[in-house]
Amino acid sequence: MKNIQVRVNGHPVAREIPDHRLLVDFLRYDLGLTGTKEGCSVGVCGACTVLLNGQPVSSCLALAVMADGGEVTTIEGLAEGDRLHPLQQAFIDYGGFQCGVCTPGQIMASKALLDANPHPTPAQIKEWMMGNLCRCTGYYKIIEAIQAAAAEKTEP
Amino acid sequence: MNAFTYIEPATIEEALATLVRHGEEAKLIAGGTGLVNLMKQRLVNPGCVVSLRRLAGLADVNLDDGKNLLIGALCTHRTLESSPIVREHAPLLAEAARRVATIRIRTMATLGGAVVHADPNQDLPPALIALDARVKLRSPKGEREVPIDQFFTGYYETVTQPDEIVTGIAIPPSARTTGSAYLKFLPQTADDYATVSVAARVALNNGTIADARVALGAAASTPLHARVVEDALRGQAPTRKTLEQAAALVGAIVDPIADFRGSVPYKRDMAIVFVRRALGDAIAAAGGAVI
Repeated sequence: MKNIQVRVNGHPVAREIPDHRLLVDFLRYDLGLTGTKEGCSVGVCGACTVLLNGQPVSSCLALAVMADGGEVTTIEGLAEGDRLHPLQQAFIDYGGFQCGVCTPGQIMASKALLDANPHPTPAQIKEWMMGNLCRCTGYYKIIEAIQAAAAEKTEP
Repeated sequence: MNAFTYIEPATIEEALATLVRHGEEAKLIAGGTGLVNLMKQRLVNPGCVVSLRRLAGLADVNLDDGKNLLIGALCTHRTLESSPIVREHAPLLAEAARRVATIRIRTMATLGGAVVHADPNQDLPPALIALDARVKLRSPKGEREVPIDQFFTGYYETVTQPDEIVTGIAIPPSARTTGSAYLKFLPQTADDYATVSVAARVALNNGTIADARVALGAAASTPLHARVVEDALRGQAPTRKTLEQAAALVGAIVDPIADFRGSVPYKRDMAIVFVRRALGDAIAAAGGAVI
């Protein structure tokens, strides 16, 4: 067992965890942050995307002990009180999700994109987001939602 | 995934001592994208996992006095693709890094991991072979360097000894008239392993090919250095026919495996096609033209 200290969505968290705890399991089972979903478990589908020290990572491939001393942002950390993050609002306004399982990962990956490149071209959006799989939307609504959030458009 | 003890040494000396103490029970971890997947599938079950993440300086990118590009083993693919120094002095490596998997993998996976993992499907090894890179290793006995094309010995096997740590790579300065290209044939999805990948680097001198480097991924049990192609190009004018004849020689040395990306004959044919295209692109990048 190891003691780790992590800032999760801005709040300091200290826990004792097994050495082989995965970051996705630490978030879901130890902290109850079930917004992060586990899909493929091999780092391919993007459902478990969270930000670790500001960078998008597959939390199913990250050891929680390796987040010790770092900062993790999950889908639960985006809204401010009752006010949704502009990306969350855009995914609703532009129909960027249907079943919703991939959506937390899609939105965290989009946030990392807009943090790195606030005004991406459609080609840059496609290249960045190609590792976040969605079996419902056909992707175009997701791209539109990201473009709208980048342009700070609130209505379709 | 089986339980293990996680150890986080503060210095390289401590990391080396930990490896000696735990012997074959120990596995090094950097980004973890390779090792964690292998542990989840229980293909690798180490009793102890030794993290390199606290080791200072191992993620640095520098030019030494001889203009060698020195890149630390913990440098991520994301850094390789975006670092101005790497993009200027080894654009081939930056391009290969950019084509790896997805952004989530590139933020975690490291240069050292890509080298010691020794999966012949990976993108960085062919680029490093084409750049004449040397792998830097450290053990309790001292340091050594191994030319990258002598580093890989088989599927997931390298010359790295159990008491050694890959600390980085060194890339010598390229000739001024050098151009390079990295082509990755991806008929399935953009984040897939390649059906075949080719790294090529060509130096031109007064309209002839002064020297060339060609290396392939996903073409054999190790990343493949296609010396036979290079020998056929040296001193030749870059004509369409020369490139075709040189590229055809790769057909005799590739040894791919059949999978859902294609049969062995198909992959052999595609290796020839993509070697020719990569050479054409590298010649264009060197400011030349195929005549």
